[in-house]
Amino acid sequence: MKIVTAIIKPFKLDEVRDALTALGAHGMTVTEVKGYGRQKGHTEIYRGAEYAVSFLPKLKIEVAIPSELVNQAIDAITNAARTGEIGDGKIFITTLDQAVRIRTGERDQEAI
Amino acid sequence: MNPGSLPRLAPRAIGLGLLLATGAASLAFADPAAPVPNKGDNAWMLTASALVLMMSIPGLALFYGGMVRTKNMASMLAQVFAIVSMVGVVWCLYGYSLAFTEGSRALVPFAGGNHPWLSFLEGYQWNNLVGGFDRAFLQGITPDSTVATFSNGVVIPEYTYMVFQMTFAMITPALIVGSLAERMKFSAVFVFILLWVTFVYFPIAHGVWYWAGPDTIADAARALADAPDEAAKAAAQANLDAVLNNAGFFQKLGALDFAGGTVVHINAGIAGLVGCLILGKRIGYPHDIEPPHSVTMSMIGASLLWVGWFGFNAGSNLEATGAASLAFVNTMVATAGAALGWMFTEWALKGTPSLLGMVSGAVAGLVAVTPASGFAGPMGAIVLGLIAGSVCYFFCAYVKRWIGYDDALDVFGVHCIGGIIGAIGTGILVAPFLGGVGLVDYTKNPGSASPGEYDMMTQVTIQAENVLFTLLWSGIVSAILYKFVDLVIGLRPTKQAELEGLDISDHGERAYNP
Repeated sequence: MKIVTAIIKPFKLDEVRDALTALGAHGMTVTEVKGYGRQKGHTEIYRGAEYAVSFLPKLKIEVAIPSELVNQAIDAITNAARTGEIGDGKIFITTLDQAVRIRTGERDQEAI
Repeated sequence: MNPGSLPRLAPRAIGLGLLLATGAASLAFADPAAPVPNKGDNAWMLTASALVLMMSIPGLALFYGGMVRTKNMASMLAQVFAIVSMVGVVWCLYGYSLAFTEGSRALVPFAGGNHPWLSFLEGYQWNNLVGGFDRAFLQGITPDSTVATFSNGVVIPEYTYMVFQMTFAMITPALIVGSLAERMKFSAVFVFILLWVTFVYFPIAHGVWYWAGPDTIADAARALADAPDEAAKAAAQANLDAVLNNAGFFQKLGALDFAGGTVVHINAGIAGLVGCLILGKRIGYPHDIEPPHSVTMSMIGASLLWVGWFGFNAGSNLEATGAASLAFVNTMVATAGAALGWMFTEWALKGTPSLLGMVSGAVAGLVAVTPASGFAGPMGAIVLGLIAGSVCYFFCAYVKRWIGYDDALDVFGVHCIGGIIGAIGTGILVAPFLGGVGLVDYTKNPGSASPGEYDMMTQVTIQAENVLFTLLWSGIVSAILYKFVDLVIGLRPTKQAELEGLDISDHGERAYNP
């Protein structure tokens, strides 16, 4: 089992969700986050004054999937979230040791 | 009748002039029946007073609050709320009295002679600059006492007038805190504002708004016309001079300021600029300051300001007449023009028409039309708004950066600059050939308001003197008061407190809890 953590542009959430659902991912956790990568933030102008916004709003998606789906999930997210411009985000894959469904006590593959 | 022999106990506010008039007039001719307030006028003025309160809270508080960072939101709201409450009390204790009663007739000391820089005050009485204590603790006001308006024979209840003017005294100092935002201790703000209204606002309000009232002037002028012989004529002339002389400094200059562009906006704007210079920049300014936390709040606040401003400007007519309607219309269209002025300027120069820009432009237009609202015509008001919107944008976007002061929420750029444009513009737009209403002379045809003689150059010069004097008085006295408060309790919070945010360090609460 793997955890796929994707940092994406907020307005890409629906497309990413649809792509992952089509793949068979049954749930996801979404968190509003702020951060920067190579993009290093940007400037916004309020009342003629420039403000450096170094931490940009992004969404962090976390999905637990069977290991064999990892490459398909990566493709799905990449295709759905890409605009081709700087700031499209990142995908991180980590290994998931155990999973438990609280209601039933089911474990691992049945739980995700 | 020389000034010294005016009845000392006569009620002396602008409209108490009426009673004064009755007293003085009875010497010369029969007592006219005392006018009673019109119910419609009173209903409108009470409504207008409530509208002006809404400008401060929540209007101004939200407008400012939206532009600060989240960690200072509660502080911004709390400062405005506390100032409104404090001035409400102080106004009753002595503020109304200092602003709207007749002051001492003693001459201003140190004027002239060895102090040439004060020579312009030579021969002036204290009454030009500040009132007295006859109405301290609101003594002597009853539901039946009345004050004059701008029409002969029309009065409104003094309580109504007192509370209407109170709301002006509340919002003016609240405007200043925009300059000082995010970096001045709450205790210092509170003490500074208490001193500022006492030494700056009340005197300037007296200087601009205090006068004997149209009925007093009419009675004195009529007495002069009716005087049977030379001796009586001389006495009546002296009385008329005394009545005309019983007014604030700017009032006598002939400065036009319908709803307080000078008293409120230039006054607060320059105090804000001086404050942000003395206070210094916010930690991290300009590079590490985050953008406004909620343009939404600012838009709500500015819109409430716009609505409340109808009470401010149309209410300043003191009667529910067509002149109030003119002020209402001017307030509407100048503001719309200014929002467009700022929007198009910003669109042309920066590429995007921002919402914060539009609402800032609207506020600049409200400021600019304040002195002109009862004097200009609607077309003049639109032009005034367009100019104010684009010039204020220029000050906020460029001049502030070039000079490098941290006027956090652009109190100087919007209120002082907008106020100056309005004050000078009023002198031009009052011209009848530009659609303005022209000047009013209460002496030419006693008992009615006749057109006065108007010369644009003369009027603009008077307006400029009015602006200059306000800038100097408010600027210098404010600087002294800031320094005084700095010495006594300190202006700035600790570095730690400022970085943590004034919400927690000053008030022990957050504006937003997750």
